[in-house]
Amino acid sequence: MKNSAEPSGSTLIKKSGLSLSQKQGLTGWAFLFLAAGLIVLMNFYPMVRGFMMSLQTGVGANMQFSGFVNYTRLFEDPRFRQTLINTFIYLLVQVPIMLILGLILATMLNSRNLKAKGFFRTAIFLPCAVGLVAYSLVFRQMFAFDGLVNTVLVNIGILETGHNWLGTPWSARLVIILGLLWRWTGFNMIFYLAGIQNVDTSIYEAARIDGANVFHQFWKITIPLLRPIILLTAIMSTNGTLQLFDESFNLTQGGPGVSSMTMSHYIFDTAFAGNPMLGYASAMSFAILLMVALLAFLQLKVGDRR
Amino acid sequence: MKVKLSRIFMYIFLSVAAFLSLFPLYWTAVSATNTTPDILAASMTPGSQLIANFTRLLELSSLGRAFWNSARNAVLLTALSVSICSLAGYAFEVYHSKAKDRLMSVLLLSMMIPFAAIMIPLFRLMANMGLVNTTLGFMLPTISTAFLIMLFRQSTRSFPREMIEAARIDGLNEMFIFIRIYIPTMKSTYAAATTITFMAAWNVFLWPRIIMMSPDSVTMPMLISNLMAGYVTEFGVVMLAVLIATLPTILLFLFLQRYFAEGIMGTVK
Repeated sequence: MKNSAEPSGSTLIKKSGLSLSQKQGLTGWAFLFLAAGLIVLMNFYPMVRGFMMSLQTGVGANMQFSGFVNYTRLFEDPRFRQTLINTFIYLLVQVPIMLILGLILATMLNSRNLKAKGFFRTAIFLPCAVGLVAYSLVFRQMFAFDGLVNTVLVNIGILETGHNWLGTPWSARLVIILGLLWRWTGFNMIFYLAGIQNVDTSIYEAARIDGANVFHQFWKITIPLLRPIILLTAIMSTNGTLQLFDESFNLTQGGPGVSSMTMSHYIFDTAFAGNPMLGYASAMSFAILLMVALLAFLQLKVGDRR
Repeated sequence: MKVKLSRIFMYIFLSVAAFLSLFPLYWTAVSATNTTPDILAASMTPGSQLIANFTRLLELSSLGRAFWNSARNAVLLTALSVSICSLAGYAFEVYHSKAKDRLMSVLLLSMMIPFAAIMIPLFRLMANMGLVNTTLGFMLPTISTAFLIMLFRQSTRSFPREMIEAARIDGLNEMFIFIRIYIPTMKSTYAAATTITFMAAWNVFLWPRIIMMSPDSVTMPMLISNLMAGYVTEFGVVMLAVLIATLPTILLFLFLQRYFAEGIMGTVK
């Protein structure tokens, strides 16, 4: 049974000319065969198929090879350009704010004799338990024209009349950014908190005796020591932001027009709504893949520099 | 004096952060019990409409069906995923060799592939295998993830090897050792893996939105998304649906927060 998943192994074992360590090696391959096979079949194989599809044009089963036409089309598509710009706005505005906020919160939660530590930690971490669609809909409701935010802002006199948050390009993007901050800041904070707790407290002790204030400690000790974790969270957030879909689809529905739509949302629309253009959608998908790889590479380069 | 001020500032900062984090959830729960006019008037106190909203929600949507679909999909996916990935993670570490290490680093590359880049071919693959609208079609793409394999591989480093050696001397076979010795010892890693996998499986939206095309296979995230897109104007009803979709993962989080935190950070050790 244990070797049945490894075709070449099962025949070899029967001859029993194998050493114990060779047998165990084969058992190992048998144990990981299914998991590894599924990743190849469900990730790498579709990736190759997707690339082949991106070189084809046509509708449905009538696809023919057409070289890089789909890729040159990317440069002339104003909707693609807009979704690309939107995604990078989310990336460049939201990710740095979130990571810095997460760092500050983690530092505060790590301070000695802070009361109600557990409560603060759980409260700030809790949004991570909320599904992306669920929180998108809550934010959509809060920022609706007749929604809570407008009602409160008008009642306390900050706004004279309600602002059409989701109907104006910049505020629609802002609402998505606020939503992302709400959902993911605690997630990153937990990483930093774990990292800070591993730092020897005597380092801070020594710095305090040398007269370093809180900001110095944060800047000169916390940040450098957490560098690998900051790098990791930066890569994860970049990867996640380039793939944003649920928020764009549910919170703003990409609108107004396509002014808050993300790339994944546009790919989804191109591939599955109305008149499906699978070749073109695949080309866009590959553009995302390239960007994710390139940005991760850049971040590793910058992050590893001493 | 300066120290005092910075402490006060810290408490204010943390309180504001905690308030902002909790408020949308509180408001969702309160709105689920209110009428639309109450919600629009920014009512912050629980109302008496919970039952009425719930009855209306049952009329408007197939809530029971969607909840069952989500629960079944998420439980099955979690069970399969944790079993298969833990076995693989164990194998990568316990029987490790140069070739296996190399394979692991190739598998890790799959974490960099955006889902958007593979969803179209995946859909065609599933359609060719006749798996549209099936739980298997829903599960297949994420049963095995490099993240989970890595989580188990890393945790296996802290598993005492002597236990394996002793069991081998006793003549136990390798699968038996994994099931009867490894799994019971690694309970907390399993708890962490189960928590994060279940939460992700419960909340996933894009893939079921593609593969679950019939109204009978709708999941909870799809149900609430459809309610909103269908321009249901009874906000209390929508918020109740959102609350029902969120409660299972919130409860899981509150009870298993430690494991959840360990799970998401599993690979950072």
